[in-house]
Amino acid sequence: MSMRPSSKSDLFWSFSWLALQGFGGVLAVVQRVLVEEKQWLSREEFVEDWAVAQILPGPNVVNLSLILGDRYFGTSGALLAMAGMLFFPLLIVLAMVLLYSGVADQPQIQGALRGMGSVTAGLITATGFKLLPALKNNPIGQKLSWLFVAWGFVAIALLRIPLVWVLLSLGGLSCTLAYRALRQVRAPATGTRAKP
Amino acid sequence: MSIVLSAMDWWQMLGHFLSLSLLAVGGAIATAPDMHRYLVEQQHWLSQSQFSASMALAQAAPGPNLLFIPLMGWNVGVNSAGGTASGMAAWPWGLLGVATSMVGMLLPSTTLTLAAARWGHRNRERLGVRAFKSGMAPIVIGLLGATGWILSHAQDRAGNNWPLWLLTIAVTLLVWRTRIHLLWLLAAGGLLGWFGLV
Repeated sequence: MSMRPSSKSDLFWSFSWLALQGFGGVLAVVQRVLVEEKQWLSREEFVEDWAVAQILPGPNVVNLSLILGDRYFGTSGALLAMAGMLFFPLLIVLAMVLLYSGVADQPQIQGALRGMGSVTAGLITATGFKLLPALKNNPIGQKLSWLFVAWGFVAIALLRIPLVWVLLSLGGLSCTLAYRALRQVRAPATGTRAKP
Repeated sequence: MSIVLSAMDWWQMLGHFLSLSLLAVGGAIATAPDMHRYLVEQQHWLSQSQFSASMALAQAAPGPNLLFIPLMGWNVGVNSAGGTASGMAAWPWGLLGVATSMVGMLLPSTTLTLAAARWGHRNRERLGVRAFKSGMAPIVIGLLGATGWILSHAQDRAGNNWPLWLLTIAVTLLVWRTRIHLLWLLAAGGLLGWFGLV
């Protein structure tokens, strides 16, 4: 990890700014800002943390902010990062309820939401593409891990299998293969150490 | 909409959100169907149009998509104080609804995430932990593609709006291959939709 937040307030404001840029989903912004711009994380570290945040129950990006904040500054860092993720968006959404409750049915507003929704879909898909190179050094091998990406996509997007089952079946298989591959790498190493 | 909530009802609502928190695997949005069942159909604390408006507003606002949860809490609180007709007098109750829903939704998952992440970080050299992280990596990348796909479908309700798909594909390529600022793309999508072009 080459860089890190310089202070707790840097952490809070960074996450606030991330959250305020994320219309319809913050993940694409998190990847762009934390990995590409601030370089607090490598692409590989980001994929690993995102996997954990995604699999644990609770809102994914909130989980991710907790994990990162905790790593930099402990419990208070975790809470500050989460607060940054939630505080200003919450204020804005409450103001929207008070001011705009009457305009939600306007066709222009509906149209703008539809257009922004399509852009969000593209942002999330692009984030997936950008993370693919992180699988280059995956223990199960690049080809096999790309196959798992494809299977995961088909299972969730096309077959609409509930996420829990996909994680248990495909995820379980993938983790088992990774475990065996990692053990094979480690086994010869312990063998040489046993020699005098 | 005006409803009466006893102290017991508030505790029950907190209990419902607490119980949903650990079921939110795959994101907060996974709990939306059950919130609808409980708040709208079973308890009648929230009207159907308030439910739909909360989902739509949370989508339009910046930030994580879990914001529909405090909005529902806000609406329930305001309803319990006589509805929007009560004006600012209903705001404290709305804020109580926000606090109840957020604490309920976040407390269990936050505690579990912190504990699990720390354990995982302490044991990051363990074979099992490394296998879990690298094994799950391809699945969650596939899941991102699937989320994009499902979101595109959700926008294109009629099923034949090819400009919407074209917009999604163009954005995917631009974000993947260039460093264009994401806010420009969102603004462009909003404008195209506003003028009825997509």
